[in-house]
Amino acid sequence: MVLNNIEKLLEKYENGETTLQEEQQLKSYFSQETVAPHLEVYKPIFAYFLVNEKEQFTKDVPLKTKRTFNYTWISVAAVAVLFFGFYFGSPFSQEPSKEEQQMAFNQFKEAMQMVSSNLNKGTSSIGYLESIGKGTESVNYLDELNNPIQRIFK
Amino acid sequence: MTQPQIMTQTEFLHIVMPFKDKVFRLAKRLLVSREEAEDATQEVLLKLWNNKTKMSEYKNVEAFSMTMTKNFCLDKLKSKQAQNLKIVHSNYQDHNVSVQKQVELNDSLDWVGRIIEDLPEQQKMVIQLRDIEQYDYDEIAKMLDMNPTAIRVALSRARKTIREKLTNTHSYGIK
Repeated sequence: MVLNNIEKLLEKYENGETTLQEEQQLKSYFSQETVAPHLEVYKPIFAYFLVNEKEQFTKDVPLKTKRTFNYTWISVAAVAVLFFGFYFGSPFSQEPSKEEQQMAFNQFKEAMQMVSSNLNKGTSSIGYLESIGKGTESVNYLDELNNPIQRIFK
Repeated sequence: MTQPQIMTQTEFLHIVMPFKDKVFRLAKRLLVSREEAEDATQEVLLKLWNNKTKMSEYKNVEAFSMTMTKNFCLDKLKSKQAQNLKIVHSNYQDHNVSVQKQVELNDSLDWVGRIIEDLPEQQKMVIQLRDIEQYDYDEIAKMLDMNPTAIRVALSRARKTIREKLTNTHSYGIK
């Protein structure tokens, strides 16, 4: 590019009148190895701009997915539970067969027998209450105390 | 039955991907420290994500995000004005120049960075959005809530200041 042209562009540039395209021309002129000596000062300026265009943001952004995400999964879970209930719930609503009734009765009987036999065991362990009766007998000597008292009253 | 459209992470990242670096670079231009700029970028992107249901209402998500970044960083600066910020300079490579020249260039690029750092915030942002991100004036006007004339004035001041200060520090022979 003609030097004269560059000087004109620089003047426009410093007045804030250049277009983006003209600024691009300046950048490419000053990225050459050698530039006109009296314009040397502009070289690091445009080099600085070019270098800084390339700097990148390298950190991650921790994007938290909230609310919307949870609601979707909660509704999915709710539907799953409902279907589970419909599917496995139906057998219980049917009338039990006679065998099942008999089996249930037998189980109930067995259970009640177990309860009663255990109750009997329980009562035997309450036998120690008799010894309390013995205790009360030995307190009977207190009656003898009454004898002297009666004597005094006589 | 109309169902509200739920934006997935992938869709969101697809929208955000083209300008996340620009958000980061604007944040770094204002906050200087790389770590703080990264935190600010995360913050801005998370805010966008949390408001993703409204995202379709924004005409220009990119411009909206840049405005959000600007506001977030300026608030941050205001709240810690007294504190000193760490200066972190960017790494860069240029394969075509000799080592000696690269060292010199390194040095002068650092100077440019430091000069921009000393500019008023508005001029910093204008330089960042125009000379680095190459937005047109209408877009910058939207992002910074300024009129195009004010942007040109700020840009002109900033460009002249950078050149003058760089001439002084390096005593480049101009004319």
